[in-house]
Amino acid sequence: MNVAVATPSTQLTSFWQQARWTTRIALVMALALIVTACLAPWIAPFDPNAVDLTARLQSPNAEHWLGTDHLGRDILSRLMAGTGVSLGVVAITLSVMLTLGIVIGGTAGFVGGRVDQVIMRITDVFLTFPTFVLALFMIGMLGTGLTNVVIAIALSHWAWYARIVRGIVLSLKHRDFIAAAHMAGASRTRVFVRHLLPATFSQLIVLASLDIGHIMLHVSGLSFLGLGVAAPTAEWGVMLSDARQFVWTEPLLMLWPGLALFVSVMAFNLLGDALRDRLDPHLRREHAH
Amino acid sequence: MASFILRRLLLLPLMLLAASALIFFMLRLGPSDPAMDYLRLSSVPPTPQALEHARIMLGLDKPLLVQYITWLKSALQLDFGVSYATQRPVLPDLLYYLPATLQLAGVALLLTLGISIPLGRWAARHQDEAPDQWVRLIAFIGVSMPNFWLGFLLVLLFSVHLGWLPPMGRGGWAHLVMPAVAIALMSLSINARLLRASMLEVKGQRHVTYARLRGLPERHVERSHVFRNALLPIITAVGMHIGELIGGTLIIESIFGWPGVGRFAVSAIFNRDYPVIQCFTLLMVTIFVVCNLIVDIIYAWADPRIRLSAEGAE
Repeated sequence: MNVAVATPSTQLTSFWQQARWTTRIALVMALALIVTACLAPWIAPFDPNAVDLTARLQSPNAEHWLGTDHLGRDILSRLMAGTGVSLGVVAITLSVMLTLGIVIGGTAGFVGGRVDQVIMRITDVFLTFPTFVLALFMIGMLGTGLTNVVIAIALSHWAWYARIVRGIVLSLKHRDFIAAAHMAGASRTRVFVRHLLPATFSQLIVLASLDIGHIMLHVSGLSFLGLGVAAPTAEWGVMLSDARQFVWTEPLLMLWPGLALFVSVMAFNLLGDALRDRLDPHLRREHAH
Repeated sequence: MASFILRRLLLLPLMLLAASALIFFMLRLGPSDPAMDYLRLSSVPPTPQALEHARIMLGLDKPLLVQYITWLKSALQLDFGVSYATQRPVLPDLLYYLPATLQLAGVALLLTLGISIPLGRWAARHQDEAPDQWVRLIAFIGVSMPNFWLGFLLVLLFSVHLGWLPPMGRGGWAHLVMPAVAIALMSLSINARLLRASMLEVKGQRHVTYARLRGLPERHVERSHVFRNALLPIITAVGMHIGELIGGTLIIESIFGWPGVGRFAVSAIFNRDYPVIQCFTLLMVTIFVVCNLIVDIIYAWADPRIRLSAEGAE
């Protein structure tokens, strides 16, 4: 069960060496996205929110590489700032979702009995909602805005994770290494936190990485409808929504943010597939949503 | 089989009841005050008297459980209250827009099944050859494509450049093509991939080898032994895709000016028009749950292990 013999850096090296070329490109793209997200305030050529009405709707040129939008804001700078928003929201949402899933699902599986029954009935109720409809409902309850998007998406997805964590915990609960920990005198909490949870991580990482693209699409979908990140913020969904009135006259405006979203989702999907093949080949068939 | 269906049918009202409780209590326990939202949407200045009056009128002064039971009683008589913004009854308005949404989502579902099944079959039949590579490429692009961006690209190509299809509105079949494709592409891609994988897995099983050894023609083996068994996971997946298709329809409607519940609901959600949000969410959940029930029944019917076990085991 112990996979942590190799250090993370040697693991990454061997992952790289065994990866297909598509995985390598995806890895490079994902790293580039993360670097762009972190450095955007310094490397972006313009302030992403600086309005310049004298430079409206410019085509790509030497000064504005990707042109400007209807308020004269530099598209490239907005795309870069949008990377940070998208990745940041995804990172926070995923952490919240995983935490909820691990704590609630893990408790259900580990404690069992009536606790398990109650928790599973609650997840059942959440799973009767289509996820995007549930996210819309949560926005209706909480209002729009960045924080509320995170809460809405986390609350609409957590039940899936709780179910999966419970399943994994149930399958591991009666294995020898857990019995050994019990016999060695470890407390129930210690067995749960130190022995059971780490064993669920590799499957969870795979599932979470396969979900990144999905979450990105939901976040920008909400923003596109005007229910997510508020208007002046440079977010890809917001940019697409701004661009819609210019489909006939300035089609390039809607090309860039969509392309950025498409490429990012693709990079993370590829990475998720590669991680799954490496860490957990059994999941290949089961992950359908 | 009959008892299986009966049990599922009995579970249905329970699930809807639980969903309605979740919807009701989460809205009430949310951070904002419905009375304030009511006054804001009906443009009444929120003086203390007006607030007090609104609270009594909306029944917010009563205990939560009483409020829920009152709401449930009228909901069972299909009375979901009036919209704060328009002062019109909520359900008739939503039902007015619903057929357009169902039409679009239904066509998207047909597209998903109608295209993904032949594609997945084709890819599995020619594993690692050119058709397989093509299907994998299409599926790979499809799972990463934001549906609203695809909607724009289609408009750009088929309406702006070629002028073949109308960019907006509801009318004949021509109006349906682009929105339905935009909604269906992701589910279609996932499904094609799933069917391919599922067929390859079934192909390696012993009963297929046995069928071949008996000298059955390859075409027959592929159809009756591989494809039929490989369809089972697809049926399960369709239940999940229906949720995605509903979500996709709500987004895509806004691009193509499709007169469905999506636009109506989005403005209600933006305005926090609670009666509309409640009714809309419950409506979507009902559709989703009923579709999944149908999918479950089809699954049970298609899988002889469930269909035949019903008489003996239960």
